This record gives sequence, C-alpha cells and structure tokens, in this order.
Amino acid sequence: MSGLEQRIHAAVHGQAQPTVTVLSSLLAVEDELGYLPKEAVEFVANFSDTTVNDVWAVASFYPNFRFVPPTEHVVEVCWGASCHVVGAMAAFRSVLEAAGMEAEGDRPDNRVAVKLNTCLGACSQAPVMSMDHHLAGRITPESAAKNVARLLEQDGHGA
Amino acid sequence: MAPSFLEIGIEADRRWQGLIAGERPWIRIGTALCGEAAGAFEVAAATESALESQGVAAEVSRVGCLGLCFAEPLLDVQLPGGHRIFYSNVDAEKVGEIVSSHVAGGTPVKSLALGYLPQEGSDEPLPEGIPDLNQHPMRVWENRIALRNAGNIDPLDIYQYVANGGYQALHKTLTNLSRAETLEEVKASGLRGRGGAAFPTATKWSFLAGNPAPEKYVLCNCEEGDPGAFNDKNILESDPNTLLEGVIIAGYATGASKGYIFIRHGHDGPIERCRAAVRQAKELGLLGENIMGSDFSYDVEVALTGDSYVAGEETALMEAIEGKRAMPRFRPPFPAQVGLFGKPTNINNVKTLAYVPEIVSKGGKWFADIGHDTSTGTAILCLSGSLNYTGMVEVPLGINLKDVIFEAAGGMRNGKALKLLQTGGPLGGVLGADSVDILLDFEVLRAAGAIMGSGGIIAADETACVVDLTRSLIAFCQYESCGKCFPCRMGMSHLLEVLERICRLEGTDEDLSLMRTIGENMQAGSLCGHGQLGFNPVSSALRYFGSEFETHIVDRTCPTGTCSLPRYSPVASRR
Repeated sequence: MSGLEQRIHAAVHGQAQPTVTVLSSLLAVEDELGYLPKEAVEFVANFSDTTVNDVWAVASFYPNFRFVPPTEHVVEVCWGASCHVVGAMAAFRSVLEAAGMEAEGDRPDNRVAVKLNTCLGACSQAPVMSMDHHLAGRITPESAAKNVARLLEQDGHGA
Repeated sequence: MAPSFLEIGIEADRRWQGLIAGERPWIRIGTALCGEAAGAFEVAAATESALESQGVAAEVSRVGCLGLCFAEPLLDVQLPGGHRIFYSNVDAEKVGEIVSSHVAGGTPVKSLALGYLPQEGSDEPLPEGIPDLNQHPMRVWENRIALRNAGNIDPLDIYQYVANGGYQALHKTLTNLSRAETLEEVKASGLRGRGGAAFPTATKWSFLAGNPAPEKYVLCNCEEGDPGAFNDKNILESDPNTLLEGVIIAGYATGASKGYIFIRHGHDGPIERCRAAVRQAKELGLLGENIMGSDFSYDVEVALTGDSYVAGEETALMEAIEGKRAMPRFRPPFPAQVGLFGKPTNINNVKTLAYVPEIVSKGGKWFADIGHDTSTGTAILCLSGSLNYTGMVEVPLGINLKDVIFEAAGGMRNGKALKLLQTGGPLGGVLGADSVDILLDFEVLRAAGAIMGSGGIIAADETACVVDLTRSLIAFCQYESCGKCFPCRMGMSHLLEVLERICRLEGTDEDLSLMRTIGENMQAGSLCGHGQLGFNPVSSALRYFGSEFETHIVDRTCPTGTCSLPRYSPVASRR
C-alpha cells in the first residue's frame, strides 16, 4: 500500500462510533487528508460494499468535501443573514483583495483558499470570519484584511 | 461496577464545594463559539500565564455562554465562599490587572467589572460599587430553564452538572414514574417542539410509545444551519448533560432502545462536549445497561452530517445518519412507523429535549404556568444584527417582542432606527419595524408572517436594503436546496435570478407577480419545508416593504445605496 492508501485505510477503520456509513467514512478521510482523493472513494466503496457511483453521489452532495489536496490555509467569511446585515459583503471583498483574488476558491499557488460559509455559528459576534477554523468576530474590512495578511505572513514567506 | 446515584451525588457535592468554597479562587471564562470569536481562548491562555508569572494559585474553567455575548470575552472571579464578579470584553492586559488585584489581592477591579451575580449561601457582603448583573437589561426578562447551568458549569465535567441538580429528573423517572406517567408529565407541561413546527411534544412521543416494535430510536436534531440561530449549538457547548438527560428520559418514555444526537461536522466545540458527556454518563452508569440499577437499558451515539441545511429536515436527517445524501423522504410512512434504518423513530430539537429534565423535576404544571396560552414555557432567543446587546436570552413566552428588542437587547446600535427583524431562519420571514409590538407566541407570530422557527432574531437598521437582504436569504435557500424536487431546485434559482435583476435596478413590471407564481408552485410542489416555506422571505418582504421593491423597479433606485455595492454568493452548490 502507498502512504496515501495507508492513511485512508487507517482513517476508515479507525472510526470509533458504532454507526459506520459511507458518509461517516468519507468524513473520517476528509478529517485525515483534508480532501477526498479518488483512491478514497474507491476504498470507501469497497469497504461499504457499494459502488463508486453511490459513494460519489454522497461525496458530491455535501460541499464540505474537497476533491483536490487542501491549500495551506483556509479563510472563510460568513454570509448568513446576521453577518450580511452588518457588513459581511464588504469584509469578504476586503478578504479577497488581501489574498489577491477575484473570487471564491483556491489561490493558484495553493497557499490559501477563500470561501463563503453559510453560518459559522457565532452570529452574536457578526460579522464573523475564520482563519484555519479559528473564529474572529466583529470584523471590519480593515481588520479582515489584517487577519489575512497575518495568516499568510506567519510562515515567513510573505503574502 | 458503576457507583450508585447517591455516591455520585456525594462526590459531586464534595467537588463543587471545593470549587466555590475551597482554598483557591475560581475563574470561569466563557468559551462557546461566541466567546471563541471574541478571543476567549487567547484570554484563557493569558489568564493561565498571568497566574503562573505572578505565582498565584487559582482554578481556571472554560465554561459555556451566559448569554451576554456582546460582553465576550467574559471572565468572572469567585473568591472562596464569595460572589461571582464578571469582567466584560477582557483582553490580555486586563487579565493581568484582574489577576493581581482581584485574584491575588482580593480587591475587585471596579472600573472593569460588568456586574456581580450573588451566590446562594454566601455570607460575604455584596460587592459595593459594582452593579447586580441580574439587573442588567438582558437578564431582567429572563427565566432560565434549559439554560439554567449555561455559563455556570464546566461542560466537560459531569459532576458539576450533578452538583447542580443534574440527573435527578432521570433518577426520579426511573425510580418513581412509569413510562405512561412520564409521558403524562410532558403532556401536562404543554411543551411544543422548538425546532420550528411547534408540534406538541407529548403527542409526538405518544406515536412512538404506542408502537410495539422492539427496536426504536430517539433522534435529537442539532443540525442547526440557520444563520442567526445558535441556541442548539450553545446548549451543547454550555451544558450538554441537560440535553443528554432529556434524550435519555425521552427514550424511557417512548420505550426506545437507542438515541442519536445529530450534529454538523466541523462544529468541533459542540461535538467534543457532547461526546464527553456521553462518555462520562456511561462511566457513571447513567447510560448503558440497566441505568441506575433499573431494567431500562439505553445507548446514545453522536452522529455527524456533512454541510447541508436540509439535513435538519427530519427525514433528510435520517438519510444522513444512514450515510446517504440528505434528501427528504416521502411521508407516509411517518418516522414513528418507519424511520431511521427502517425502525420507528422520534425526532426532537435540542431545545425541546433540554427542557425535559426540569419538566420532570418540577412537574408539567409548573412549566405550563409559564408562558402564554398554548405557547407554554420559555423561548430561547438568539439576538443578532445591529443590536446593542447581542446574545442569547431565555424569556417566558407571551412577552412583547418590542421589549425583547428595545429593552433586553438595548435597542439599535449607534442611535440608528430599527428597520426590520428577520426571524425564524432563512425560511422564516421579515417583520417591519411597525409590527414588532407583538406577543411572543407561536400563533401570533405565525399570523404576522414571521415564524418563531428556531428562535433566531436578526435586527437590521435603516441602512439595510430589504431587496438586498431578501436576495441574500434566497441565495442561501438556493444554495441549500437539496435538488430532489424540481419546484424547489428550479424555483429557488429562478427567484434568485429575478431578485438579482431587481438589485441591478433592471427589474420589470412583471417581476413581482412572476415571483408570486414561482412561490405558489414551490409551495404546492415541494416535498419538505425547504421548498414549501422557501417563498416566505419574499412574501413577507413584499408584505411589509412592497414600496421599496417598487422603488427599485419603477424608479430604478436603491434608497440605501446597498444595491450598488458588490455582491457575492458561493460558487459551489449542489447540482
């Protein structure tokens, strides 16, 4: 087995909860690798005694699954109504600018992905963003841009 | 062998007394999602390093949310045997002063204090020059039942829950009440589902209780994808054992064999705290085989879903637990006949089940006496948007919504005027500022076109554009449509297209009637609430703000200027 296959195997077989399903197995791989390579879809199909087609049906339904390796960092901005009414759109625009991007997605150099999130769950601190799943609330366009810059500078190779 | 409940209680009291009246001060820091977003984890780390560097001994606990989210990070200090003194919007610098002056020196920092909470049984005089936190506008309206422990106890320590009366309702149920008597107590309470439909809980439970199948399930729905609602996650983060005790009692009353608590993947705080509660309850014999020595055996599992708003719909939720796409099923058969894995199933919202322990402890009638008419008990409201005091309050049903907004939540920020409330999540509606003088009651709100939903209330001020907000709500509904029923899948896309056009000030005279036609078709032709209720944001916005739509279409003007700013919606969606 390759290293990748070993990690997939360990993630799927390492699930602690009693109810193991196609979805729970895919979530376990996503947690381990940060994405679902086609090897994982094939492995889960075999493991669950179902078809690759049926596994893809589940994987493609839930937008939290990625199918290419993760970027180094992920920045999310909440676009739920709570955040929307207190300036999420302006903050998101500022995040895109700070990341040097035009629209949502992965930056071509793979350093950062910028995404809109339907609700980060801290509505009382709206508008909210997250940097590598770490929440920051009451953001402004200025603080949001600073957060992105700090995140991209922290590993020393500049924005 | 698991200890007896008496032994657990004695140990819990011993530990609790050690915390509140032991040798060392007790510092509690709110670390629910709201606290995290305000920097609570940094504050907790700064507290620990300040204690170390100043050589001060104190107990530090990461607790849940007291509801005063606007004041996060919120930290409180309780000197041994004393009252709790709260500090709001704490940062590393303030922590240094609080530790040296209050924790080490015993003198509260009055200039930084938000208020104190008097502690029962304390002989200490009440602090002078610091306000009583119970007199804070956000707390005076409250009657905390489901939230009674939130912000007070460490959610990762089941003993702290037990020390505050936890699992006594389960003990009472298993030693004194038959299944029918437990059901009768819930019936007497008049409790109605808090997930949105407000269906009588006892009636729902009786469907499952009446089914003689040997294997039956109780599901607790904490999918909670509603922007503006965070009370379910917050209960799991602040006091997961309240919910777990409710899930166990529901299992007993309905004769179920297993319970599932269903949470969205990625919400790590609620997931970890809930899993810890389940693990600890098993260790103490409060869950598993022959609970508390009775003949009742019951297991609870925490199951996860991927990102999907529709997974919060009760039949889609079962599909997701089975590992499939979260798409709703046809009904009949109803879940009480054919549910999860084909077995009879009952589904309740987190808040609904979190009330159950107190209802059993204090009696159904006690709960029924709170509230208004057939809307018994309390509402757990999430207050967000441009309000002064954002956060979570638990208030008796039947109070006036305007008191919630202008008193409890302190009115609008920066002296702006209230324009509208968006209630009940994205499938709920908007309510014009002139209509907020209205009772918090399931029927009254529904008649006004603004459902209670899950308890989310988002306030927007005069700078918000109602067309832009409606577009944003429909963009959410379009993104989250599971795609099973084409009236919803295509209707949402079509509505969004029309609303985008109106926002670009290119709307046509037919657009309003076109949207109504689409909405009627969605309502008539969709399998679940997502499509059936999905036109609510538009219809309620037109009801209260029809002229603002016309200004966009006829005068080609957006009065607030919002529509000339860039708009973004997610690229990916379910196809």
